Amino acid sequence: MAVAREATPVESAEDVRAADLDREDLLQIYRNMLITRGIEERGHILYRQGKIPGSFYTGRGNEGAAVGVATAMRPDDVGTPVQRDMGVHVTRGTPPWRIFAQYMGRADGLAAGKDGNVHMADIRLGLLAMVSHLPAMMPVAVGCALSFQLRKQSRVAVAWSGDGAMARGDAHEAMNLAGVRRLPVVFIVDNNQYAYSTPSTLEYGCEHLADRAAGYGFDGVVVDGTDILTVYREAHAAIEKARAGGGPTLLELVTLRMEGHAVHDDAFYVPRELMETWARKDPIERYRRWLKEQALLDEQQEDEIAVEVKKLLNEAMRKAEESPLPEPGELLEGVYADPEELDTPHHR
Amino acid sequence: MAVKTYLQAISDGLREEMRRDGRVFLIGEDIGVYGGAFKVTQGFQAEFGEDRVIDSPLSETAITGACTGAALMGMRPVCEMQFSDFVSCAFDHLVTVAAKQHYRVGTPVPIVVRLPSGGGFSGGPFHSQNPEGFFAHCPGLKIVCPATPSDAKGLLIQAIRDPNPVLYFEHKHLYRRIKGEVPEGEHAVEFGKARMHQEGTDLSIITYGAMVYTAEEAAKAVSERDGTSVEIVDLRTVTPWDKQAVLDSVAKTSKVIVLHEDTHTSGFGAEIAATIAEEAFESLDAPVTRLTAPDTPVPFSPPLEKAFLPQVDDVVAAIDKLSAY
Repeated sequence: MAVAREATPVESAEDVRAADLDREDLLQIYRNMLITRGIEERGHILYRQGKIPGSFYTGRGNEGAAVGVATAMRPDDVGTPVQRDMGVHVTRGTPPWRIFAQYMGRADGLAAGKDGNVHMADIRLGLLAMVSHLPAMMPVAVGCALSFQLRKQSRVAVAWSGDGAMARGDAHEAMNLAGVRRLPVVFIVDNNQYAYSTPSTLEYGCEHLADRAAGYGFDGVVVDGTDILTVYREAHAAIEKARAGGGPTLLELVTLRMEGHAVHDDAFYVPRELMETWARKDPIERYRRWLKEQALLDEQQEDEIAVEVKKLLNEAMRKAEESPLPEPGELLEGVYADPEELDTPHHR
Repeated sequence: MAVKTYLQAISDGLREEMRRDGRVFLIGEDIGVYGGAFKVTQGFQAEFGEDRVIDSPLSETAITGACTGAALMGMRPVCEMQFSDFVSCAFDHLVTVAAKQHYRVGTPVPIVVRLPSGGGFSGGPFHSQNPEGFFAHCPGLKIVCPATPSDAKGLLIQAIRDPNPVLYFEHKHLYRRIKGEVPEGEHAVEFGKARMHQEGTDLSIITYGAMVYTAEEAAKAVSERDGTSVEIVDLRTVTPWDKQAVLDSVAKTSKVIVLHEDTHTSGFGAEIAATIAEEAFESLDAPVTRLTAPDTPVPFSPPLEKAFLPQVDDVVAAIDKLSAY
């Protein structure tokens, strides 16, 4: 039995204006989605060229969900994006060349070669780096929200997880504590229907993951994650509700993972018809079509943006390849923090 | 200096840091209204309010995880595991997130996890353990095991000010039994500096936590019996540990017992013994002796638990065996 509300889609430009987005915002969203996909497409090329050690993960199909939520965050807010959320890093302002450097294990990667692929984040941009043990960062985001509440700061934490990760105890403990203390946190589930090869029917028995929110005493909403404007509207509402003292919300953003779990996986286990159905709902195509229908984007501008993004990313790849590999001597550095490191603005 | 119990010293250290630094807050199970299962935080909620002394749900992962999040946002959280045994429920967070955060992305995690540990009260398999060995194997964590009231306060203050995740093991059997002089006010004890509990010349006992007193009683017994002179080195902190103090003591006495309450195999004593074998081989006049609990869970019934925990008689026997070598 479904409990969560299912979000109605945003239809008109009127709806969008009500969500505080002007034309420049809407075009920036479009750029961020293109940059997100462009980074991951180029990542594939780098991987095939043998320039990316280890594995390589993408979030194809999740660009709208990730960019939509990140666009709704304020600069002072913080988030813990996971492996399908490159769009969050892009939207918060992570320079693409540092992301490529990260992929390649270079000294200028966000983890300086100490950790790889999407295990990265710039805390100065309000992002905390994920670990593989999903959703281990959910309780951490709850702690950020606890800090905001204790210090009476007008800030919100956004905690990401996936449909598979929601089966783990961390998710329960995090949401329960957040519900008890009415913390300013928004839980995002990237429900892309597969956890590696395991379909969501084998991950949970309720109709919607968002239904669980009721059990923690807050609202749950199911959103079509390929519809960026609806994602934005619902994320904005949830984030501002949290900021105003209204407590947490669980947003389940439904998409389909359009590639394998990682680059080695061809996703043979996903039925072809399902792939085809969701390919027709590609978030970037949907949004581009909408922008054109609303006369917010013409052919010329579309080309200009495409060229601009291509130039940005080609330049970023070049710069990343110039970044040195870390010195082996770095191995022993940084296991422990020094006291003066607490003198940064984030630790006062 | 005032004489205080080990428990009062912990409580004083916490209170003073909370008064000094508004970023310090406490979170744990039953620490607020109830004052903690052992009353370490009794009266804290009345003084500091419900926001800074937070009664949490029964959620060790959320407690430690929330501490990390709050620390990354600039707070100085101190959480309590009601019994150190329950830290197993927070193991994943501590070793996966907190311990590795600085190494992999350069952001310090200044949190303290208080862990009432140790046996001797028929607490059974789940309220008696000394789980420091698990964590000593994990780079990125610091591990503190005070034996005296003065160190209980000084190491706790240092732990709160340290920019890393610190596991603070407070031995339950010392809480009210052990009294000692404790400096008032500002008193921080540096990590990685062992304390000479008593000097001696015939053999060394390297230990920490409650076993310092078991060693002391055994040393007194052999001294009174035949004048055997035992040196006792209290490590104070397991990570980092004061290797030099251990090597210096071994160089002086040439015979050494490594004593801890944790179980035997892969206990921290193995690390100490291996280091002595590697770096002080030429100084040794006898094999390094490890004296620990056996490789079993902690049993419940008094005769079984007594057989489990290293006793004064066990230490005396080990001293005699080593002396005769």
